Amino acid sequence: MALVPLLFLAVFFVWPVLTMIGRGLIVDGALDLSGFGEVFASARIRRVIWLTVAQAVVATGVSTALGLPLAFVAYRLRFPGRAVLRALAVMPFVMPTVVVGIAFRTLLAPGGALGGLGLDGTWTAIIAALVFFNISVVVRTVGVAWEGLDPRAGEVAASLGASPWQVLRTVTLPALAPAIVSAASVVFLFCATAFGVVLTMGGLRYGTIETEIYLQTVQFLDLRAAAVLSILQMVVVVSMLWVVSRTRGQDTGQRRGHRSGAAARPGAGHAAALVVTAAVVAFICAPILSLVTRSLRNQGGWTLEHYRNLSGSGEHNALLVTVWEAAANSLRIALVATILATALGLLVAITVGRPDRTARARRLRSAFDAAFMLPLGVSAVTVGFGFLITLNRPPLDLRTSPWLVPIAQATVALPLVVRTLVPVLRSIDDRLRQSAAVLGAGRARTFLTVDVPVLWRPLLAAAGFAMAVSLGEFGATSFLARDDNPTLPVVIYRLIGRPGTENAGMAMAGGVVLATMTVVLMGLVERLRVRGVGGF
Amino acid sequence: MRGLEVRDLQVRFGSTAAVEHVDLRVPEHVVTVILGPSGCGKSTLLRAIAGLEPIAGGSVRFDDVDQSGTPVHRRGFGLMFQDAQLFEHMDVAENVAYGLRRHGWPADRRTPRVAELLELVGLAGFGPRRPGTLSGGERQRVALARALAPEPRLLLLDEPLSALDLALRVRLAGELREILTATGTTTVFVTHDHEEAFTVADHVAVMRGGAIVQHGTPREVWAAPRDVDTARFLGYASVLGGTTARVLTDAFPALGRSDAVALRRDSLRADGGPLGATVARVAPGLAEQRLAVTLSDGAEVPAVAPNTPPLDVGDAVGLSLVPGTAALIGGASA
Amino acid sequence: MVKYRRWCGVALAVVAAIGVAGCGGGDSARTDGDTTTVTVMTHDSWSAPDALIAGFEASTGYKLRFQSSGDAGEVTNKVVLTKDAPVADVVYGIDNTFATRAVDAGVLSAYVPGDLPASAAGFALEGDGADRLTPIDYGDVCVNIDDAWFADHGIAPPRSLDDLTKPAYRGLFVTPGAPTSSPGMAFLVATVGAFGESGWQDYWRALMRNGTKITSGWSDAYGVDFTAGEGNGTRPIVLSYASSPPFTIPKGGSRPTTSALLNTCFRQVEYAGVLEGSDNVAGAHAFIDFLVSREFQASLPENMYVFPVDDAVALPRLWERFAKVAPSPITVAPSTIAARRDEWLKAWADITSG
Repeated sequence: MALVPLLFLAVFFVWPVLTMIGRGLIVDGALDLSGFGEVFASARIRRVIWLTVAQAVVATGVSTALGLPLAFVAYRLRFPGRAVLRALAVMPFVMPTVVVGIAFRTLLAPGGALGGLGLDGTWTAIIAALVFFNISVVVRTVGVAWEGLDPRAGEVAASLGASPWQVLRTVTLPALAPAIVSAASVVFLFCATAFGVVLTMGGLRYGTIETEIYLQTVQFLDLRAAAVLSILQMVVVVSMLWVVSRTRGQDTGQRRGHRSGAAARPGAGHAAALVVTAAVVAFICAPILSLVTRSLRNQGGWTLEHYRNLSGSGEHNALLVTVWEAAANSLRIALVATILATALGLLVAITVGRPDRTARARRLRSAFDAAFMLPLGVSAVTVGFGFLITLNRPPLDLRTSPWLVPIAQATVALPLVVRTLVPVLRSIDDRLRQSAAVLGAGRARTFLTVDVPVLWRPLLAAAGFAMAVSLGEFGATSFLARDDNPTLPVVIYRLIGRPGTENAGMAMAGGVVLATMTVVLMGLVERLRVRGVGGF
Repeated sequence: MRGLEVRDLQVRFGSTAAVEHVDLRVPEHVVTVILGPSGCGKSTLLRAIAGLEPIAGGSVRFDDVDQSGTPVHRRGFGLMFQDAQLFEHMDVAENVAYGLRRHGWPADRRTPRVAELLELVGLAGFGPRRPGTLSGGERQRVALARALAPEPRLLLLDEPLSALDLALRVRLAGELREILTATGTTTVFVTHDHEEAFTVADHVAVMRGGAIVQHGTPREVWAAPRDVDTARFLGYASVLGGTTARVLTDAFPALGRSDAVALRRDSLRADGGPLGATVARVAPGLAEQRLAVTLSDGAEVPAVAPNTPPLDVGDAVGLSLVPGTAALIGGASA
Repeated sequence: MVKYRRWCGVALAVVAAIGVAGCGGGDSARTDGDTTTVTVMTHDSWSAPDALIAGFEASTGYKLRFQSSGDAGEVTNKVVLTKDAPVADVVYGIDNTFATRAVDAGVLSAYVPGDLPASAAGFALEGDGADRLTPIDYGDVCVNIDDAWFADHGIAPPRSLDDLTKPAYRGLFVTPGAPTSSPGMAFLVATVGAFGESGWQDYWRALMRNGTKITSGWSDAYGVDFTAGEGNGTRPIVLSYASSPPFTIPKGGSRPTTSALLNTCFRQVEYAGVLEGSDNVAGAHAFIDFLVSREFQASLPENMYVFPVDDAVALPRLWERFAKVAPSPITVAPSTIAARRDEWLKAWADITSG
């Protein structure tokens, strides 16, 4: 059963990437590794490597540090508007980078609301944007784990004389460590392979391995350098995943409590967390507000004109379709991608979600887990161009297939689905399945009667999340040769790249529409979500 | 007074009162058990004492000092839950030493103290083990050692044995009693198990619907349950009222007089005693036959009989009352 | 051993991939031989009126399929990379900075439309490329200035590339970067053309010293930093197109508030070509004929903001008045660009990131 998703990964990820790398490293039928020496000899490349690692580490650190208090407030405290806070915290993750980039720059540019900070085009601005996108990963993953954590361990610690701060440091954070590590590793992958954000916020001054791969492939057509850099990127990513899988392997599993519902009312003791939360919320809202403002303004006045224009195809027919048609395309493609990702994710989860009876099974499981995380950590350029040169002949001639985009998006959403479902399946007592089997249920019947009732809600939640991700997905989509059915992010990108106030205004309005679709979807997911389950 | 004094304590969850006007005194070195069915508010009361629930009224005082302004970690009250809540990322010794560290015990004093406590709870040598490798009973012992380590002024135990199986529960209840007595620890012990309560307690408070309905020594409480519900909760198998109560008090004058009599399963023995009855049902038992018998007024009550001779439905038997096993509701005991 | 096992899942996937590759790679020739569809690879600025497309399909019987993504560079590299198994029949959007790369890679087959407008000859490539790529449209990338801003501030607007390095214009210029933006690249080529191989680097150093800002794309230079753009920009000089000014005519106004400096322009010419190995060569030819037809040429300004190569085609009224073309744009031979672009880009990156 596990073979299907494995084959999917092999065909739609490993094969294209390896072929692309092979193009660079195999010259006249012989392996040519001289590129490594040349690439590493360049001072600029060494700087790029250093910047990539530094940027990913710093952005991951800041995202984690700011995400933890937010996770606490959103998932451990009880107050009106908590659902809104949760949806808001997840929204940036699925926002299209182009729109956010422009919104950020509008704020930070010398004439912008925050222009006085002098951050425009600086490294700090890049980090800020990366944090903006990734803080939601931390909030969601850690928040969900925190919500499921039995508060009584902390209460015991307090009774033993630990101050709230000591409880946090010595009991709560260690118990959350697997979730924190998991979140941080996903954030690291996203930051290490960030592309659009880095270019928009800082240009090439702060180039990363990813932007360098883009340059070498798209501008210089230096496939050898690109291949070397792709391998380098994979080495960074794989070693990261290896470290993480070891940490997760040591997951001691603080038991989930029966009394985990005890969310507290905000009090004076939560002041620090509340202050950080308020600051982070302001930080998340600022670019979004700037986006909304721009979508509502034209020639110095307030107007809904840009929204009315969404039913057209832009000034001078800038688009081939109306924005609403593109939104419909997005939904349709996202639906296909979601079904693909959810079905495959379910197969993976069923395979790895069963209890490990042997050490070998456990190792296999972590290998599986890591393998399905890889697509998050490999250059979209390499994958996109790899698609182009591999999936172009029979029997897999997908060049112009409408499946190509959903497949690419499914590859990105798959790891998130797997990470949502596995903990649920693992939480099912295997004895239930055994009882069902004893009562004469076959494998399928057992699955239907034992697993499905527990699984359907998280499955829907995972599907909703996958859908939100694929709605906002731009990187992989943009590098594919796509058909005439542009998605909303693609259309927004196109509008931004066109002259004319009307087009720019429509781009902003489109961005607001996309953000709204996402928030609504995440709100539904939030309602469906089973308590204590559903992080990455 | 020395020890814990709870006065007129109220805890509310929204508009519902979880604990209503509770008064409770736990003198120094005394083990007080709060016994009540689930949902009666006993855990909430315990948490309020610990400082984990905000109180809506009344006070928690210890050694004549009001604790309301004191946060949990400064109260010096130990706490232990049904599931041990061990810190999974630490080994057993680190778990036990946790409170010692927080109270600033130097390392050279911590080690012998940890060893001493592990010895006390019967887990000598378990220090380097990971919590994940322990059985349920062992986990509870570690939790107890951890709670006792910093010598708490008051130990709060929330159903500490409920997650264990019956045999282990009985054995550990006995051990717990010995340990608490040996260390002289002032204790509030919350449980829904009346046998556990009887084993462990110096003093019992019966709680129901957020209020304490009766308190006293175990003997006092068991001899005279305050009302029918209390009697049932204390393990009495049947409570008889009206004419049936009269039939019983007439047959056994030593019981005294009351409108309601509570009987245990084995309070009445069919051994040729003064009270005549007819066997309605028989079930064989390991040590004795378990009967349901019909009294002269037609009421059916439980009884036991020696295994020989075997009885049949319809046999006439004479019942006697085992002293100290029946109680008069709201009255004096026999 | 542990490490080996950990990755055996990945290894398995690799084996599976190679297996599939083996199956699929045996006979690379396309066997479907679809001759009813014409697949067009183009950049993501592609835009044409639906009616024109429908007209082409109706009159020729071919069905058009567009694959649009990336810019001219990405399009060129994609056709070069897929040489063995072309993903399309015809490519549109390779520009004169990339043309030689495509021609040299041998991915294009020869075709010259029979009724190529006479004026197109002036845009034709020299040498091999002449019959491989057909010029379709052109646009001038020029420095644009916000005339209103300069009038408000009482500063004389700049008039030339050299002016941009003068202290009076310190911190006023914003341009997209050459490696990430095709107008940015065009501007770099313009400076090479204007100052020569020996002088352009000094010019850029002077620009950087004078506070020039570099963004990643045209959209944030124009939309965020430019004073006449959508944002609250602070820079009144921007690298854009000669066709940009008409877009700055205020509502109710009749004149643009910006203008292009026509002596700073580099001319980008876009070409179309038939891909070698296409299985619908006739269809590809028909499509190129369509691109140089009167109707399509006339639609270019409104849809893709470029000038038609056919000078007999009437321009829209606003374009006639405000979108001037450079009388003598700065030129650099496409072959020189192809040969030198990587070195220029690397040198440019060193200068601008220093």
